[in-house]
Amino acid sequence: MGGLIEDFGPVWGFWAGVGQILLIMIYLLLSLAFLLLFDRKVWAAVQLRKGPNVVGPFGLLQSFADFLKFVLKEIVIPAGANKTVFILAPLLTFTLAFASWAVIPFANGVVIADLNVGILYLFAISSLGVYGIIMGGWASNSKYPFLGGLRSAAQMVSYEVSIGFILITVLLLVGSLNITQIVENQRAGVWAWHAFAWPTIFIMFPMFVMFFISALAETNRPPFDLPEAESELVAGYQVEYSSTPYLLFMIGEYLNITLMCAMLNILFLGGWHLPWGPVDNPVLGFIVFAVKMWAMFFMFAMVKAFVPRYRYDQLMRLGWKIFLPTSLVAVAIAAGYVTYVGRPVIGG
Amino acid sequence: MVEAIAFYVLAAVAIASAFAVVSVRNPVHAVLFLILTFFNAAGLFVLLGAEFLAMLLVVVYVGAVAVLFLFVVMMLDVDFVELKQGFLSYAPLGGVVAALILAEMLLVTGAVRTSAAFTDKPAGLPDGITNAERIGRVLYTDYLLHFQLAGLVLFVAMIGAIVLTLRKRTGVKRQDVSAQVGRTRKQAVELKDVRPGQGLG
Repeated sequence: MGGLIEDFGPVWGFWAGVGQILLIMIYLLLSLAFLLLFDRKVWAAVQLRKGPNVVGPFGLLQSFADFLKFVLKEIVIPAGANKTVFILAPLLTFTLAFASWAVIPFANGVVIADLNVGILYLFAISSLGVYGIIMGGWASNSKYPFLGGLRSAAQMVSYEVSIGFILITVLLLVGSLNITQIVENQRAGVWAWHAFAWPTIFIMFPMFVMFFISALAETNRPPFDLPEAESELVAGYQVEYSSTPYLLFMIGEYLNITLMCAMLNILFLGGWHLPWGPVDNPVLGFIVFAVKMWAMFFMFAMVKAFVPRYRYDQLMRLGWKIFLPTSLVAVAIAAGYVTYVGRPVIGG
Repeated sequence: MVEAIAFYVLAAVAIASAFAVVSVRNPVHAVLFLILTFFNAAGLFVLLGAEFLAMLLVVVYVGAVAVLFLFVVMMLDVDFVELKQGFLSYAPLGGVVAALILAEMLLVTGAVRTSAAFTDKPAGLPDGITNAERIGRVLYTDYLLHFQLAGLVLFVAMIGAIVLTLRKRTGVKRQDVSAQVGRTRKQAVELKDVRPGQGLG
């Protein structure tokens, strides 16, 4: 992306950059439409239902029908709501969800901004995600949304800590904050992927699992969907939202889930590299990356389908008393390993 | 030129939102403006080429500290109209503090400007060394003691807060998770033979 200005001059380079961003946004939104359907289909299959199957062949166009329905409905804003913040909250969630994709490389060189502090940027933006939720909960001026917002804020802040530590273990082993370099470090194949690389597998595989669980909690997915637990809080912070603002919330939420899938993929599963060797062709890399992301998303969907919801104190206990100490120990081990044994062999 | 535009936009928004923090009526709005200020300050850091600091500012202040602020402010029912009652009586003191800080900042800028080491460009980094690495090297070598002491101070403060609020109460039912998980079927389930019309008595 930075090269565009040099290649095409200031004006055309700028517009080429804008076009690139729009292209990636459209790609994300389109994949989101099918991921949503996939999520519902998996859920339905686990429960021996058919899932959406009316709109289009196999219900493929269901998400587009839903989209039209959301957009065409009236926006209802509660009388006692704080209007500005009420509308700002879903916009913020939506914007931030897209902003984090700026540093995600979809294949070798296919990235909008190849930042040197890419992982930190991701972490920073995802830590902002909590604002959309807490603002939405507060601005609704109603009890259930507020409780949902508070729960969610506490939950996300707690699990961010363990996510941060897990990121640090990866960063220590790679020695760089740059996302492309983290992926390139795993190019040799499945035995170089951080989740399976020898001998760090003893700490990194548990970290991979913990990252997955923390990602579930961070994105408010079942079994940690307490902020929107329908049996207790109706729909949590989203209760008062309807039509497009609700749609924005939902898109933001699902984008964050796919972002977590992408992060799992980048940090632990070799990014765009095939299990049996490196991939330098951007097109092939793009496909490999997408397949891996869908596989991760399938895991998210399955967890939603068959794991019962946690109780709130269990959630906090898991985050603070189990994940935090474990990841802290893992950071110490990884740091010790890097200092006394040296960085694991860099693939390729 | 783009950098100049970006700087002025970021600086203007930062100053305007910092002003809004103290002037808006709704405390929650004030915190939201504070967050906006932090965010713009992070943007200024990026312009200076200190992207690591910018990210840290966002992660620590915006992502964690301000969330807690917002949390507390939302929970408290602060009546700002009442708080603003004696607003003008504090004005002289506030003015003095503001003037002092302004003078200090001018002095520091002046001193830096006139010193020999000053260049208009951000300090050049040697090739292949990123921002984060550079800070890490300084922090963990020259300033190791200060760094660790700062951590210790925070740790002590945390323990202090816990000690202040910890109450030992008797008669509280506590959850023993290992006992719960370690329970076997034998301890939990019992089969009783219920005869019709008699019950278990």
